[in-house]
Amino acid sequence: MQKKSSLTADIVVIGAGTVGAAIAYGLAGRNVHVLVLDGGDDDFRAANANFGLVWVQGKGMDMPAYQQLTRDSVDLWPDFSAELTDTTAIDLQYERNGGLSICLGEAEFEQQRAMLLRLHNQLGSAEPDWEMLDRGALTKLLPKALPGPDVTGASFGRRDGHANPLRLLAALHAGILRKGGQFRGGSIVHSVQTDGRGGFTIDFGTGRASAARVVIAAGLGSKALAAQVGLDIPIRPQRGQILVTERLEPFLPLPMSGLRQTREGTVMIGATHEEAGFDTSTTSGAAAALSATAIRCIPALSEATLVRQWAALRILTPDGYPIYAQSQSHPGAFATMCHSGVTLAAAHAALLADAIAAGRLPPSLDVFHQRRFDVPKAA
Amino acid sequence: MFRKLHEPGPGALTITIDGVSVSAEPGESIAAVLLRQAEPWSRLTPVTQSKRAPYCMMGVCFDCLAEVDGVASVQTCLKPVCDGMRVVRQTGKRRIGALIA
Repeated sequence: MQKKSSLTADIVVIGAGTVGAAIAYGLAGRNVHVLVLDGGDDDFRAANANFGLVWVQGKGMDMPAYQQLTRDSVDLWPDFSAELTDTTAIDLQYERNGGLSICLGEAEFEQQRAMLLRLHNQLGSAEPDWEMLDRGALTKLLPKALPGPDVTGASFGRRDGHANPLRLLAALHAGILRKGGQFRGGSIVHSVQTDGRGGFTIDFGTGRASAARVVIAAGLGSKALAAQVGLDIPIRPQRGQILVTERLEPFLPLPMSGLRQTREGTVMIGATHEEAGFDTSTTSGAAAALSATAIRCIPALSEATLVRQWAALRILTPDGYPIYAQSQSHPGAFATMCHSGVTLAAAHAALLADAIAAGRLPPSLDVFHQRRFDVPKAA
Repeated sequence: MFRKLHEPGPGALTITIDGVSVSAEPGESIAAVLLRQAEPWSRLTPVTQSKRAPYCMMGVCFDCLAEVDGVASVQTCLKPVCDGMRVVRQTGKRRIGALIA
């Protein structure tokens, strides 16, 4: 029988999806000896199915700290993207020319305005980074994509943009290695235990790793692992389905929520929000509904051929916002999860990596501790 | 270049490829007819504009895409010929909403 390999590191990051990889990339750049343990090919991998928006508008209702974190991350994105490309020579195809949320019908237009105004007031920032565009203004922005007759206008978010999420993931993995980190694929972690000396022993079947600290960023697999270090993480899967068209001449100059044209020319159409458990099947019902909405927005899309449809599972907390927590019973063990791994990647690689390297999450992240779900709800 | 081992016979039908009439046999795929042409390619790739011809002939490789009766990016290896069918080779990225642009 083969002897189990034995590895050591300052910090072990469990999970190399967009969240774990961004944290590990940040740690490796801070002279931390980081070991990344990535799971199996058959694991649920939201990072491989992402839509690719780097997005602010509409996010963070009733959670101003999340609005702020999202803005901070999006403002870090240009430098983050440039540095990652310098390090790895992988172009993330990041564009930040603003983004649109198309409104169908008058009621939706007014709802969108009211929602963004409410978010704006909750954040209390001085300068709005969004505006409502009426149909005429929207049409001027889209000279090659006439909106359908039901389109009343759109909200335009100045900070919004998009990137290729697969290139981001590949660049993070390459960047971890380039900055001196260690990376092991196919290493499904079974147990995380204290080693009696203030550190941790992480068992991944074919081997074992010791580290002073451990970061659990294993997506939907995090719940079972976090429980071993005294963290009760209430997460559930939520299915999202995405459609992709053949490659088309560039005609969408800006990404929209639910519709974006990639650098290669394909149009991604998304996404559903389904409570379907751990089921990554695609459905014809979703394909029909997504297509119908896309065609209502941009009727010319009816001429495009769909070439692919896929489904993946979001990692959702009860309020939909991230969890960043350090265990009280097992200091040095951190749990990090969210469903906006692309947008937040720049923040994860910077301020979250800083905090984990320092061994302490800053007060600004206190609101993201999962203890917020322990508070009994008032009537 | 490919050629047929037998003549299509009396059941032969006619399709057009880029407007040129060519003979085909009932039951064969559009891709098979394309491969018999002096120019056997079906499309130029959207990104590098390089030529692609039918390759796997079983619906996997997507190299044989062409416009068929006005519908673009059809997998021609999976579609049998019909009399009068209009096949157009695709060049680069397709344009939609042509009336606007």
